[in-house]
Amino acid sequence: MNKPLRRIAIFCGLLILSLMIRDNWLQYVRADELNANDFNRRVQIERFAHERGNIITADGQTITGSTETTGTDFKYKRSWKDGPMWAPVTGFASQVFDATQLEKIEDGILSGTDNRLFFDRTLSMFTGEKKQGGNVVTTLNSAAQKAAFQGLGDKKGAVAAINPQTGAILALASTPSYDPSVFAGSSNKDSQAYKTLLDDKNSPLLNRALRQTYPPGSTFKVVTAAAALENGLYSSIDEPTKSPVPYTLPDTASKPLNNEGNIPCENATLKVALQWSCNTVFGKISADLGNEKMKAEAEKFGFNKQIFNPVRTEASIYPKDNRPQNAMAGIGQASNRATPLQMAMVAAAVANDGKLMKPYMVDTLQAPNVDVLSKTQPEQMSQPMSAATAQKLQKMMEFVVTDGTGTSAQIPGVTVGGKTGTAQHGVDNKDNPYAWFISYAKSGDGSPVAVAVVIEGSDTTRDDIAGGKLAAPIARGVMKAVLDGKK
Amino acid sequence: MSVVTNTTTIGAIEAPSRRNTELALLVFAVAIPVFAYANVGLAMTGSLPSGMLGYGLGLGMMAGVAHLVVRKFAKYADPLFLPLATLLNGLGLVLIWRLDQSPRLITQAKRAYGAFSPSAPHQLMFSALGVALFIGVLLLVKDHRVLQRYTYISMFVAMLLLILPMFFPAKFGARIWITIPGLGSIQPGEFVKIILAVFFAGYLMVKRDALALASRRFMGIYLPRGRDLGPILVVWAMSILILVFETDLGTSLLFFGLFVIMLYVATERTSWIVFGLLMSAVGAVGVASFESHVKARVTAWMDPFACYKTSGACEQIGNAIMSFGSGGTLGTGLGQGHSDLIGFAANADFILSTVGEELGLAGMMALLLIYGLIVERGVRTALAARDPFGKLLAIGLSGALALQVFVVAGGVMGLIPLTGMTMPFLAAGGSSVIANWALIGILIRISDTARRPAPAPAPSPDAEMTQVVRP
Repeated sequence: MNKPLRRIAIFCGLLILSLMIRDNWLQYVRADELNANDFNRRVQIERFAHERGNIITADGQTITGSTETTGTDFKYKRSWKDGPMWAPVTGFASQVFDATQLEKIEDGILSGTDNRLFFDRTLSMFTGEKKQGGNVVTTLNSAAQKAAFQGLGDKKGAVAAINPQTGAILALASTPSYDPSVFAGSSNKDSQAYKTLLDDKNSPLLNRALRQTYPPGSTFKVVTAAAALENGLYSSIDEPTKSPVPYTLPDTASKPLNNEGNIPCENATLKVALQWSCNTVFGKISADLGNEKMKAEAEKFGFNKQIFNPVRTEASIYPKDNRPQNAMAGIGQASNRATPLQMAMVAAAVANDGKLMKPYMVDTLQAPNVDVLSKTQPEQMSQPMSAATAQKLQKMMEFVVTDGTGTSAQIPGVTVGGKTGTAQHGVDNKDNPYAWFISYAKSGDGSPVAVAVVIEGSDTTRDDIAGGKLAAPIARGVMKAVLDGKK
Repeated sequence: MSVVTNTTTIGAIEAPSRRNTELALLVFAVAIPVFAYANVGLAMTGSLPSGMLGYGLGLGMMAGVAHLVVRKFAKYADPLFLPLATLLNGLGLVLIWRLDQSPRLITQAKRAYGAFSPSAPHQLMFSALGVALFIGVLLLVKDHRVLQRYTYISMFVAMLLLILPMFFPAKFGARIWITIPGLGSIQPGEFVKIILAVFFAGYLMVKRDALALASRRFMGIYLPRGRDLGPILVVWAMSILILVFETDLGTSLLFFGLFVIMLYVATERTSWIVFGLLMSAVGAVGVASFESHVKARVTAWMDPFACYKTSGACEQIGNAIMSFGSGGTLGTGLGQGHSDLIGFAANADFILSTVGEELGLAGMMALLLIYGLIVERGVRTALAARDPFGKLLAIGLSGALALQVFVVAGGVMGLIPLTGMTMPFLAAGGSSVIANWALIGILIRISDTARRPAPAPAPSPDAEMTQVVRP
């Protein structure tokens, strides 16, 4: 009986061997793949097992934190200081509802799993130090952010402020906002809070500064003026524009384009036309240049493509359109749509002598021991206009603030340039208009700040001064905060 | 094929008993789990567990008493069985204790049953009972050939134990328990594997010649006569019935495999293997195609992640596979993994995933080798045994052990469909640990008989008469 016994012995050996091979397959070959499996809760557990790194402002304020939790297998949850104020910058990071924006994009650094942190991880494995995520240092200015958020108050709207010289984003506010801390955990209360936010018809979760496009209204006239000068339609800002009042839209029998109120627009110069925000003049310029040239200029300012700063910004739209609609788009109406960040970029390009810098809001990524892992270098995005044109536009915009519709943005002893806007929306203009203001401030060595403010659905008067009345003071507050910080 | 090799473990006359080797190995078999226990405590709470001394002493006592009994009553037994079983049992206790500390399992149990009771104390008690039965086997069965007398009684007892669970309610989808009010429930399947091995060994020893010789040759293989096919058909039908009525894939596979192995060894006819494989394939495919519980297991085996969110069977196996994956080569360290995500069966059917996750590939290889080593010593005992009954019984028991390890580990690792059996010695479960200690007891008894030095030949009176022829 020994021969079959030996064969059975071999058979048993094969059974064990096949188990060993299978085990090697699972634990060696497929280990990484299984560890990254979507169903693998360990990924989540690991993510919350140690303190997440922080998001820090340019002036060194920590705007996030971690709280220890009990009762679940997630040890820490994310917390925010002044959550509603910073939410448009940070996004949220929930134990259950994933993460968004900076919290999501820089998750590798914040949770400590990024490959650039490999050395730190290995080191702390040997030193027995507590594992921790790295930090994200942003370009945000906490004073400017506070001015923007408090300026908006309980109004619905958004503010975007950037440094024209570098493209660094200084403030991003959006109201109504939400506190990401209320649904950072995994309890029923957290899910309930999240659901309430989702159902809120004022959409507090929406980041209006980056993800909402509005008709830019008269603030777009700055782009139209740039197109006119760049394309040589007029050589001087003091040259009469040969425009009638009212101006009839091209290709239409009798669709007159009017101005808001009785303002001196007939045959006005570019400077005066911007001062009073003449629809007739800029509508005619857009029609004279044509859709293609207008679109080309708008695209140089960043329209028609998404911008990643690194958070995605919705693409602003300058449409391909017929002649009458193109004329309307030239004054920021029709299908022309822009995000607040986009309009801040327009002001910034003017302030920076025609050079548009790429907006960014992550300055450096730090390892837990504050070693710098990477630093963002400012880079030029485009040149929407020549320096000469930019200086002409600066003169025009500064005139708007000293002698035009934007007087409420004046700051004593500081040169401020701006442009108001009140964009109609809704069928037959029946909804409340959007009040806009874009501006920049200049100190000795160029401009340190450009701002765009938009306020939705305010029920104040419909005249073009609305942007000046509602939005300009907020822009002024943000600019002042940045300038005060410089001193 | 008459090459003479030394395959027996019988040494020369006056062979050493190897009891001291066993004792030395036992020291390691007790020390390793005690260190593991300390390791879990340090990893999970940062301090040495308070029960460490008691646990170490308990395991040491069990091993010590078992050793003394072997020393006295099975002097020439193979020295590896006892240490290997003790090591597995000790590690199992540590792993179960580790899972008892899991907050996740405690919360889960409280939510489901309103209370949580740790499994490790029970397991320790059952291990003690198991060692007691092991000692009982050594004391009562002085010679394994005694068991031969109980061939047909074994058959009846085995049948009875197999049929009984059908009258009790199913737990977790399988009818493999007998519930005795006030005493808890036992899983007769674990005991049946030993009793059936005794029956098969006795039956086949008698019938082997008839089964082996009366056959026709057809296409190179020997076909058994129709009437000799009877027993194999009965066993086959029985395992199919178990599969259908008790939805117990593992037990049915184990019994059929056990029978085919023993039949093959008894008759030395390859044809039985061919028949066995064909019949089990037919049975498995047939049952899997209409029995919903088995079908679900097969679906879960094919792609555990495809039905992960919808089926409990998928979630368990999916979680187990991810456990192995996250263990990687070296493991997370005892107490530092998340194998408890598997849920209530983490310390029973799925205890291997805790080994995989926390001790890693390295620990799994060691563990599989320990099982391999026990089986190998069992096969060696079969080779060394001098009587056909002992040979058949030893190969039956070690074959059953090998099949069980394969079926359970293969199931948990997703190599074959999940079956719901326990890893011998390692998993929480009273019936399992008690039955396996008895199994080791019988193997030790057979190996003792096999290795016992042959009595010195009686002096032959003729020898003195022989004259040397001188030139």
